[in-house]
Formats: sequence, structure tokens, C-alpha cells
Amino acid sequence: MEYIWLIPLLPGLGAAINGLVGIRSFSRQTAGLVACAAMAAALAVSVVAFWQLLDLPADHRAYDVVLADWIPAIPLQTVGGVGSFQAPWGFRLDPLSGMMILVVTGIGTLIHVYSTAYMHDESRGGVARFFSYLNLFCFFMLLLVLGNNFLVMFVGWEGVGLCSYLLIGYWYQKKSAADAGKKAFITNRVGDFGFVLGVFLIFYTFGTLDFRAVQDMAAEMPVEAAGFGVLSAICLLLFVGATGKSAQIPLYVWLPDAMEGPTPVSALIHAATMVTAGVYMVGRNAVLFSHAPMVMEIVAVVGVLTALVAASIGLVQNDIKRVLAYSTVSQLGYMFTAMGVGAFAAGAFHLMTHAFFKALLFLGSGSVIHAMNGEQDMQRMGGLKKHLPVTFATMLVGTLAIAGIPPLSGFFSKDEILYRAFLHSKVIWGLGVVTALMTAFYMFRLISMTFFGPYRGPVWGGGGPGGGHDTSHDAHADGAAAHGDDAHGGHGHGAWHGPHESPTAMTFPLMALAVGAIVAGFFGIPAALGGSNVIEHFLEPSFTASTAHAGEHAVAHASHAVELGLMVFSVLMAAVGISLAWRFYVTQPDVSARLAERWAGPHRVLFNKYYVDEIYGATVIAGTAASARGLWTFDRQVVDGAVNGTGWVTVIGAWMSGLTDRHVVDGAVNLVGWMAQESSYWFRRFQTGLVQNYALLMLFGVFAFVSVYLFTR
Amino acid sequence: MAADLITPTHYMLLSAALFMIGVMGVLLRRNIIIIFMSIELILNAVNINLVAFSAELQNVVGQVFALFVIAVAAAEAAVGLGIILAFYRNKETVNIDEMNLMRW
Repeated sequence: MEYIWLIPLLPGLGAAINGLVGIRSFSRQTAGLVACAAMAAALAVSVVAFWQLLDLPADHRAYDVVLADWIPAIPLQTVGGVGSFQAPWGFRLDPLSGMMILVVTGIGTLIHVYSTAYMHDESRGGVARFFSYLNLFCFFMLLLVLGNNFLVMFVGWEGVGLCSYLLIGYWYQKKSAADAGKKAFITNRVGDFGFVLGVFLIFYTFGTLDFRAVQDMAAEMPVEAAGFGVLSAICLLLFVGATGKSAQIPLYVWLPDAMEGPTPVSALIHAATMVTAGVYMVGRNAVLFSHAPMVMEIVAVVGVLTALVAASIGLVQNDIKRVLAYSTVSQLGYMFTAMGVGAFAAGAFHLMTHAFFKALLFLGSGSVIHAMNGEQDMQRMGGLKKHLPVTFATMLVGTLAIAGIPPLSGFFSKDEILYRAFLHSKVIWGLGVVTALMTAFYMFRLISMTFFGPYRGPVWGGGGPGGGHDTSHDAHADGAAAHGDDAHGGHGHGAWHGPHESPTAMTFPLMALAVGAIVAGFFGIPAALGGSNVIEHFLEPSFTASTAHAGEHAVAHASHAVELGLMVFSVLMAAVGISLAWRFYVTQPDVSARLAERWAGPHRVLFNKYYVDEIYGATVIAGTAASARGLWTFDRQVVDGAVNGTGWVTVIGAWMSGLTDRHVVDGAVNLVGWMAQESSYWFRRFQTGLVQNYALLMLFGVFAFVSVYLFTR
Repeated sequence: MAADLITPTHYMLLSAALFMIGVMGVLLRRNIIIIFMSIELILNAVNINLVAFSAELQNVVGQVFALFVIAVAAAEAAVGLGIILAFYRNKETVNIDEMNLMRW
């Protein structure tokens, strides 16, 4: 366990190798191998460390490793006098971070393996660049979850944002991808601003940034039940950071656009790991949040509203990855709902199960896109079940899991959240159930449109390009065409031989994740179903400061009958959603079109994602642009004016100085010359050239001298 | 007694007269040969002065100096006549008014 610092470092090493050497000289296979080996090694270390953690008694499951000093003690003013601002490179393994490192390294490894096949059409250096970014991402993500203070977490926090930007914009020749990368980065920056302010406030309040110390101190403070105190301010600022990173209202807009990145990236970063960083952070500061009930309420409301809004948008999207993206936003909303109602363990549990089934769904969609030669529009798919049996089967598992069908993992985690929400507030529970209905509907709409019904895609084989493949906005083929520097056989180049099952390197992670999506839920079987909710008890120490206060917030419990009733109800809702989707998109495909016509207005609003992007564009972005223009004008008129004025004054001064020089100084010199010249006209008359004249003058001279000599003595 | 009759004053008057005649000749005549001869007069006026005072002061240095003057005058006459000859060959004249090449 003392080697947990290796866990982030190994992928970091892989990133360095691939980035410094690989881009120039590794083959595709070597680059993939290095990256996968780094991840697998990190996974191995994680598993061993986690095993050792399990061996410890439940109350002492926390292990700190301080690798080195990072920021030496700097005296800074805090509320309680002068505190010392310092941060070590410290790592902390406890149940929460233990679960996270398993998720990150486990799913990360699978996605790395998957990527070796998925990115096969990229150029040689492009593959190494991709794996370098992907490894770098894992490095930062593991730093984020393992850090034992806010600053190490912040390094990871910013680092994953950077990698997200790099990977969304991986096909940077495509303007939409580059723009999406920038959008993600800038939107995250807004949230990060809140996070940083929250960290500042934490240091100012507590005088330390160590998680454990902050938690212990916060536990001693009174719960801010009535008012909005400093703890509430801290939590609100931290939550602003979480909304950015975890794509919650109002900062969720970047996540759907982030689908411009390669699909494994969407699976790893924008579904399984990075976007859950906000949830993790809230869970990590559970003690702080539970002392700020007002902020908890905000978290719960924002979470459930995000879940509802994103799910409703997901109902009508046609891009397979966008549906999944909105689904991710929606599921993250569930997690925040759980956090907000105080069910931290349930939220973290859903984080884990969601990581499995959403990564599975994304990888499955990647497999479909791969099979369809880059097509992402579900209206151009259909009937792929017989072409992609493994993908279909695994995706169906993922879909059932996310829809909450027992006994798959999503059922347990989602129902735990809904149950706890029910105990907290019926309204939030109601919205959650509606969201669950929508989730089941849009996920089965995805499955139906993709795998069932008639085939609607382009024609393949001898018939030439066929059904207008040219209109497809396929990221994959574009990128491949842009990067492809050598012609190697197979898909992606030249002739496309129709939809086909993906290679083993892609189907194996699908199957592994499908198993995970099935069994992950068994760690959290609630007591009502005869389980013991292992994971909740396991995670509990991470969410409390010390056992002394555990009894203080005794969770209200309803009877098992109520819990069972709720379960049955939500399963029923999921079944309704599934059957509706089946009816609309398989048995009576014209119904959905008729509905869209009858409800044209709402459909248009949903299809255009509530015009949120447009609203942001008209308000925030236009406002920023206008103020930038204003500042530019100020710059040009006032600042440049001052500079130009100074220049102008200098020019005038120089001109005057030149005049003085030319007329006064040169004038004096010329006057002397002129005088010499003029006088010489007169004096030269003496120079007659006649020796006798000279002699005469000499004589006069002698007379003069002699006369003076004689007569003036 | 004869020595008493002819005093240095007489010599000097003779010398001054001769000198003035020479100077006038140099300044007024136009023929360069005449001017040359006038210069000889001036030199000999000086010689008379030198010899006169040598006798008066019983010092032979004056006579020696006079001899030197004669020698230099001879040399000068040789060189001067050469120059005049060369000039004449170029200009076909010995009129000093024509000799104004050093004019402004």
C-alpha cells in the first residue's frame, strides 16, 4: 500500500514515453502496447492496494503516503491568525478513493485495449499521440482521486480538463472538434473558478488544505441549518466547480459537444471517469456539505433538474453519441441528487455502476460507428442486430442496466437514490421517476433505431457509394482521411464492405464491461431485498469525520414495504418506457413521426436542446464579446491614443530641434565661412603675381618698421 | 689724413645711395636683366658697408663676409640667368610685367 503513488505515476510514465519518443518513432502496436501496459500495471497495483485496504479493520481503512514536499510552509493570514500554507505530494487511500482507482484503472485499461483497435486507422504518430493523451488523462485522474489535499486534487482537476480538451480536439483539423474542445475547456474554466475560490475560502477558514484535517475541523462546527454561513459559501463554490466538471446545469452545455472526440475518449473521460470528478469531490467533502443543508438542497434540485432536462433532450436526438451524452448528463444529475439528499454512498455507488454501463454503451456505440464506417446518425442505421451480435448483446445489457431493470447494476444504484430521494422530498423523487421513465424510453429508442427494424444506411458492395454516404458528418472517416499517411487494408479506407462485427480487441472490453454492468450492482443490494448493502458500509467511513458524530444524522428509514413498493413502481416505469419505445420505433415506426408532427413546438424545443446554446450565445458570450469589444475600443482610443500622442509630441519636438539645428547652429558656422569668403575677394587683390609689387610692399614694410623703431622710442 | 677725410659716414652715404639706386632699379625697371643688375648694386652696397666697417673696426670678419657675399652673388647670378634664359625661351620676352603666373 505504500506504493500507491505508483498508481498515477505509471500512466504518467506511459504518457511521457509515448509523447516524447512514441510520436516520432513507435509503431501503432508499440504505442498501444506501452499505453496498455502502463494501465495494466497501474490496475495491478490498484488491486493489490485495494486488497490490503480491505484487510484493515473497517474503522481504520485509510492510508496516507507523503511522497515529497511540494509547497513549503508559507505564512498566510487566515481567520484564526497566521496559518501556514503548504501542500505535500500526498496520496490517500481510503474506501472512496479505493473504489475510484479501481474504476479508473479497470475501465481505463479496458478502454485502452479497445482503443488499440478503434484507432487503428489513424496515422502512426497520431496513434501514439492519442495514447499519450489517454495515459496522461489517467495520470491526472488518478492524481485527482488519490490526492490527500485540495491542491493535489486541483492539479488533477485541471489536468483532466486539459486532457479532455486535447482529446476532444484530437481531430483538430475539423473545426467542429477544435471548437468543441475549446468550449469544454472554457466552460470548465468557469466552474474551476468557483472551485479555486472554494479552496481559498477553505484555507482561509481552516488554515489547512488536508482533506482529513478540514473534515475533522468542519465536523466540530455547528450545522448551518438556518443561515448561510462560511461552510455554505465553501460548499456552494465547490459545487460551482462540480457543475463545470460534471456537466450540471448551468454548465452542462460542453458535454454533448465533447462527443466530437474519438469514442473511446467519450467512454473514458466523458462518461466513466472525468465527469464523475465533481461527484467524487462532493463525496470527498461530504462532511462539509452535510454541515450546509441549504447548499445540499441546491445540489439536489440542480441534480434532479439536470437529470430531467438532459433526459428530455435525449428523447429526440438522432446522433447515437449525443443521446448517450445527454444520458450521461442525466445520470450525473442522479448522482448529484443523491449527494444532495445526503445519500453520499448511493451517489458513489451509482457513479461506479454508471461507469460500467455507460462506458459499455459508449464503447458499443463506437463499435456500431466503426461498423457503419463512421456513420453516427441513428436514422441511417437499423437492423444491425444480425451484423453485430456481440455488440448488440452487450449494449442490450448496458441499456437494461441504465433503464433500471433488475437484477442489473443500474437497478440497485438508481433505486437506492430514488428511495433516499423519496425519504427526503416527494417532489424530487417524482422528477427522478419521470427521468427514469425517459431514460428507459430514449435508451430503447437508441437500441431500436440501431439494431431493429429495416436497414436504412448506405448501400455497400459492388453498387458503388450508394445511398449518399457523402452527407454523413462522420468524425471517424474524416479523421482517418486526414491522418491516413499510409494505405493499409481493411475498413476506413477505400471500399466498405458493409456493417461487420468489430475485432476482438473491441468486443473483449465490451464483454468485460457487460459482466461488470451485470454484477457491479450486487455490492449494493439493499436490506429490503435481503442484501446488506456492502458498498454503503464500506464507503461510509469516507463520508464521516469520526464515529462520534455518526449517530447525529440518523437517516430516516421507511419500512421495507415502502421501499419495495417504490422499487416495483420504478421498474414498472422503466418497463413502460421500454414498451413505448418498442412500439414507437419497432412495431409502429410511423407513430413517432406523427407524434413529432402533432407536438411540433415542444419537439422543436427539445430537438434544439431548449435553445440553451443559443441563449448562452446571446447573453453570456455576446456579453463577453461586447465587453471585449468595448475594452478594445478603450485600448485603441485611450491607450493607443496616449501612446500615439506621446509619439506625436516627440515628432514635433524633434522637428523643432531640427529647425534650431539647421538655422541657428548651421547658420553660425555658415556665417563664419561666408565672412571668410567675402573678405577674401578683397584681400586677394594684393596677390598680383608681380614680384615688383611685393618688393615695393616689403620696402614700405621696412620703412614702417624702421620708422616705428626710430620715432616711437 | 686721407683717412680722416673719408669717414665711415661717407662710406655709408655712398652705400645708401648705391642701395637706393639698386632698389629703385628693382622697383621701377621692367627689364628683368636690369633688375638683376640692380640687385647686384644692392649687394655691392652692402659689401661697401661691410668693408668700411671692417676697416674702421679693424676686424677682418667684415671682409670675409664681403667675400662670401660676392661668392653668393656670383652663384645667384648664375642661377638667376639660367631661370631668365628658360623664361625667355618660353615667353620670348624678358618684361617683368609678363611674369605674373602667381597672380590670384
